[in-house]
Amino acid sequence: MNNRRTLVEVRRLKKYFPIQQGIIIQREVGAVKAVDDVSLEIHFGETLGLVGESGCGKTTTGRTILQLYPPTSGQVLFDGMDLTKMKGTDLRKLRKRMQMIFQDPYASLNPRWTISRIIAEPLVVHRINQGGKKSEKVEELLELVHLNSTYMNRYPHEFSGGQRQRIGIARALASEPEFIICDEPISALDVSIQAQIVNLLEDLQDRFGLTYLFIAHDLSMVRHICSRVAVMYLGKIVEMAKRDELYDHPLHPYSQALLSAVPLPNPRATRSRKRIILSGDVPSPINPPPGCRFHPRCPIAVPQCKQEIPEWHEAAPQHWVACHRVSRV
Amino acid sequence: MEPILELQNLEVKFYTLDGVVHAVNGVSYYVEAGKTLGIVGESGCGKSVSVLSVMGLIPDPPGKITRGKILFQGKNLLEYDDAQMESIRGAEIGMVFQDPMTSLNPVLTIGKQISEAMVVHKGVSQEEARQRAIEFLVMVGIPNPVERFNDYPHQFSGGMRQRAMIAMALSCSPDILIADEPTTSLDVTIQAQIIDLTKSLRDQLNMAVIWITHDLAVIADLADTVVVMYAGYIVEEADVYRLYENPLHPYTVSLLKSLPRMDSSRGNERLATIPGFPPTGTIVFPGCPFAPRCRYTMERCTMENPQLEYFEADHKVACWFDLENRRAR
Repeated sequence: MNNRRTLVEVRRLKKYFPIQQGIIIQREVGAVKAVDDVSLEIHFGETLGLVGESGCGKTTTGRTILQLYPPTSGQVLFDGMDLTKMKGTDLRKLRKRMQMIFQDPYASLNPRWTISRIIAEPLVVHRINQGGKKSEKVEELLELVHLNSTYMNRYPHEFSGGQRQRIGIARALASEPEFIICDEPISALDVSIQAQIVNLLEDLQDRFGLTYLFIAHDLSMVRHICSRVAVMYLGKIVEMAKRDELYDHPLHPYSQALLSAVPLPNPRATRSRKRIILSGDVPSPINPPPGCRFHPRCPIAVPQCKQEIPEWHEAAPQHWVACHRVSRV
Repeated sequence: MEPILELQNLEVKFYTLDGVVHAVNGVSYYVEAGKTLGIVGESGCGKSVSVLSVMGLIPDPPGKITRGKILFQGKNLLEYDDAQMESIRGAEIGMVFQDPMTSLNPVLTIGKQISEAMVVHKGVSQEEARQRAIEFLVMVGIPNPVERFNDYPHQFSGGMRQRAMIAMALSCSPDILIADEPTTSLDVTIQAQIIDLTKSLRDQLNMAVIWITHDLAVIADLADTVVVMYAGYIVEEADVYRLYENPLHPYTVSLLKSLPRMDSSRGNERLATIPGFPPTGTIVFPGCPFAPRCRYTMERCTMENPQLEYFEADHKVACWFDLENRRAR
């Protein structure tokens, strides 16, 4: 597993959104540090989970990787090529190989377009299947996501949430990508439909050898679908490890608190479990706490945590963590 | 013990242009002081409509309560006029809604909204209401309550707004708190805070709680009794430990199986799914509403709708499938 080829490599990625003040003369008065020095690798054919609370920057990380937001600094290597240095046609050619599935299936489909036009759009943009074969391709894609191909000329409002998410998946698959960012693809769906979509994503991965970055806040689902998991807090990745390693032996106090807060569908287990309740809310990313960003809420913080930014180190084989209180191997 | 609130055979219909929507079809449940009733179901199963009718908040037209009784401390709320309902709503029955962003008034301060109910229902002075509102803000864990009293809802984070909603619902010390998906839009860490808060307030104030959710894990943590709803019917009702140890209705069984488990690694096992979609309320089934999606459908299931019957003490189920067979399964 260790020497698997890397498809996406993110190096010290930063994304700051400027805050401006003034009506005529705009001055920059600060920045929202949404993603602050994030490094990660995604191997071919794996699913990397990215978890964290809302506002921690996980969606921004995904979008910056795809260059939907221009990064403030850092590099994104896709199959060895640096996306941050590319522009125009070169970037567009690569974009075909990476796609995104969005969180809200109600907002991510144009309500005035038919399903076939929505699904065929990537084909038009990337000039694939030009000529008369477009409808055949759309039919094939609909079948892939288990939708009836007679739905082609219907509009998004005629579909339920789960069906719309399938349409979103068909659209993402149209350009035959290798890498798909799934940004909370199931959080807007009913429980019985979530399992259908997750199974579909797994089937498609097996069939086409897809690589996923799975952004989610549902930690139970992440344990099910991901092979490795990264935990994010306030713009930084605080811990990354193989799935079972992270869930069974979380090292960072934030990961421990996050995992202990997830309720289990078993009354005895969930009531007998000791929960670490974090006080307060996530601080603002405009002016993050100095030192370790988690220290104001951390149950085991020491004075060092207020001053020094903890180093990203390998605390156990393949288990990376950024915390002063976790010793090295 | 006398139930605080009891629904008897409640039936709610909505007369819309697309036909009659049978939202709640003869539902009965009750809750006692100091206990928590959990209502689980997917969107559109009638769980919210059943509690909105308790509060007298069903818009009429198009909605209409066509049958049944709602007994609050022995008196039928359906016979109350608007003024009588107003004296109960918010005073003796407190309610927390799903979306804290839209259910707070954006142009009034948080403090004003919390103290308003006390001024109206308890006839206390503005100053006294202010003092008590600040006490409630302390109780629900809002930092700097004296300053935050004058904040507007947009200055609060999602979790803080939900805690403010709970403070508001509790301000008149109600006998029963109804919470409609109160943690659905929140992060797990904040959800854990809210669940712990509800538990301790319930025990402190000996309050009855009705907690509505689609999340079987949250219910496992909080409820004493659980009601599972599907298509406007109660399909199973049981003591919380019994329900999770020995679920009987095929719908409950499939729901529990479709959940990914965080407490154990299941390797690459697929999630169990329920085929199809939940029905829309406009179609009336002669048989069991779950029959089209059920694995155990027999001829009788499509002809007659099963009644909720005792399987054992504290455990009722509405299903034709032979109970002995299921016991052996």
